[in-house]
Amino acid sequence: MTKQAEKPIIDPFEAALGVSDVKGRSPWEHAWHRLLKNRAAIYSAYIMAGMLVLVMLGPLVVSWESDFTDWDYTSAAPSLESGHWFGTDAVGRDILVRTLEGGRISLLVGLVATIVSLVIGVTYGAVAGYYGGNTDRIMMRIVDIIYALPFMFFVILLMVVFGRHIVLIFVAIGAVNWLDMARIVRGQTLSLKNMEFIEAARACGVPPWGIIRRHIIPNLLGIVIVYVTLTIPQVILVESFLSFLGLGVQEPMSSWGALVSDGAQDMESAPWTLIAPALFLTVTLYCFNYIGDGLRDALDPKDRL
Amino acid sequence: MLRHSLRRLLGLIPTLLMLITVAFFMMRVAPGGPFDSEKSLPPEIEANLNAKYHLDDPLLKQYFHYLGQVAVLDFGPSFQYKDWTVNELIAQGFPVSMTVGVLAMSLAFIVGTLLGIAAALRQNTRIDYSLMGVAMLGISIPNFVIAPILILVLAVYAGWLPAGGWDGGFASMVLPVLTLALPATAYIARLTRGSMIEVLHSNFIRTARAKGLPESVVIRRHALRPVLLPVISFMGPAMAGMISGSVVIERIFSIPGLGSYFVQGALNRDYTLVMGVVILYGVLIILLNFVVDLIYAWLNPKIRYDETS
Repeated sequence: MTKQAEKPIIDPFEAALGVSDVKGRSPWEHAWHRLLKNRAAIYSAYIMAGMLVLVMLGPLVVSWESDFTDWDYTSAAPSLESGHWFGTDAVGRDILVRTLEGGRISLLVGLVATIVSLVIGVTYGAVAGYYGGNTDRIMMRIVDIIYALPFMFFVILLMVVFGRHIVLIFVAIGAVNWLDMARIVRGQTLSLKNMEFIEAARACGVPPWGIIRRHIIPNLLGIVIVYVTLTIPQVILVESFLSFLGLGVQEPMSSWGALVSDGAQDMESAPWTLIAPALFLTVTLYCFNYIGDGLRDALDPKDRL
Repeated sequence: MLRHSLRRLLGLIPTLLMLITVAFFMMRVAPGGPFDSEKSLPPEIEANLNAKYHLDDPLLKQYFHYLGQVAVLDFGPSFQYKDWTVNELIAQGFPVSMTVGVLAMSLAFIVGTLLGIAAALRQNTRIDYSLMGVAMLGISIPNFVIAPILILVLAVYAGWLPAGGWDGGFASMVLPVLTLALPATAYIARLTRGSMIEVLHSNFIRTARAKGLPESVVIRRHALRPVLLPVISFMGPAMAGMISGSVVIERIFSIPGLGSYFVQGALNRDYTLVMGVVILYGVLIILLNFVVDLIYAWLNPKIRYDETS
């Protein structure tokens, strides 16, 4: 009734202004527009997309196998004639194809370990923040305690103790990397849980777990996305760190860290064995950091001015 | 303040206990013992060795035995380096690691804050953008990538500095300290810039400017203290990062520090050495975090523990 009565009044008003349809913008659209304006982040996203395609399809296109040893060209410098565009290592394996295949492992570890830490961190943080009180205090105290431990040494211990299996790398890195995520999610949950819509859900009789799953976690999405993009490079870094020490992925599998480690050993006679994987690794980390930064600027409600 | 500090110190005990417990049980459930080398020992000798190191006791008994030892700061004999105790190994490696770490930390703090302030004062100029671009690079390049490149350029090609080794002299320190300091410097520069920009927009800075203080005084007397707060609270994680970074750095530059002992010990299943190093590092990180907290409270007048607790 009221709506129909109002309509004719509004229409001429809109016509006078020359706007027929005022479209609202959701917070996500705002964020998207801010992100598009951040050139560094956008270029980084393009480069990362290119890197992904290269790493996934590259090994299929390059004519060498990663474990093929070309005895005619051992420690050969990059050249177009030999077909080894990035040169070969000390036993004649093609650096380009090894770098690309190593990239698969590095990126895979980055992704999987981040998902592990994401699942643990979000669940833990949301539960602690939602229940509050003593539950929260005890759970966060545990996080504080683990936080104070030299976690890198525990990853190393884990690798030494349980063998160097690739699945273990995922779990070990993910399992020690969830602390930041848990803290951030808890903080956000604390501020969310007193909002009206949560109260409404509670009044409707939605059980706590349902509220966490349906109402809290979706509202954490923004900040979680930012931290995921910032966690991926961290995880890739940890994996390459382990591989560099000889504790990560084992031959014949390879990762950027392992390749850098190999390259660093022969760098005086064959610097190209170091340069290719180092370059790929650094570019990837650089891009992820810029994307994460851009997302944080775009999604951070603090400077929505 | 004093009461608060004491309470915080007592609160560190559970953390320490957990550290020791986790390290102990993780090493003991590991398959393979310290004496399975390539040539197997005669069973009687192995039994004797196990008895000597209490490895034949039940696990819990070993645990409490170890706790008792650690309580009096005795980490026992090393399993691998036959004539050494872990205490002696630590006494040898720790000063070296400490020197590199302290130098790198100081360098990172001074250079990082200066660069951050410089960038913030020229916000959104070319200087700002290039400084922050370099800082992002510093965060992104792993130190095991930058170290070989620096060695290749400065030591192998140019021949200015030694490529590795340690004689306690200045030349042998330059590269390790630089590489170790780089990521922390970059991070501190970014933090300082952000914090400086925020502080410069606050009311008390406007007041200081309004009463006609010169800009340099505004920054030194009024802005610096709040700007340093987030940097100070980053020092704890930064130190933990440096300690794990030093493992790689010490390996690349062949520095005889704690990090090299740790990796060697872990690979050789030298239980006592590894646990000794982990506990030492854990204690170090916990204590440094405690000191950082105290400095933070001292710099930040908003925190007055005694009244609230």
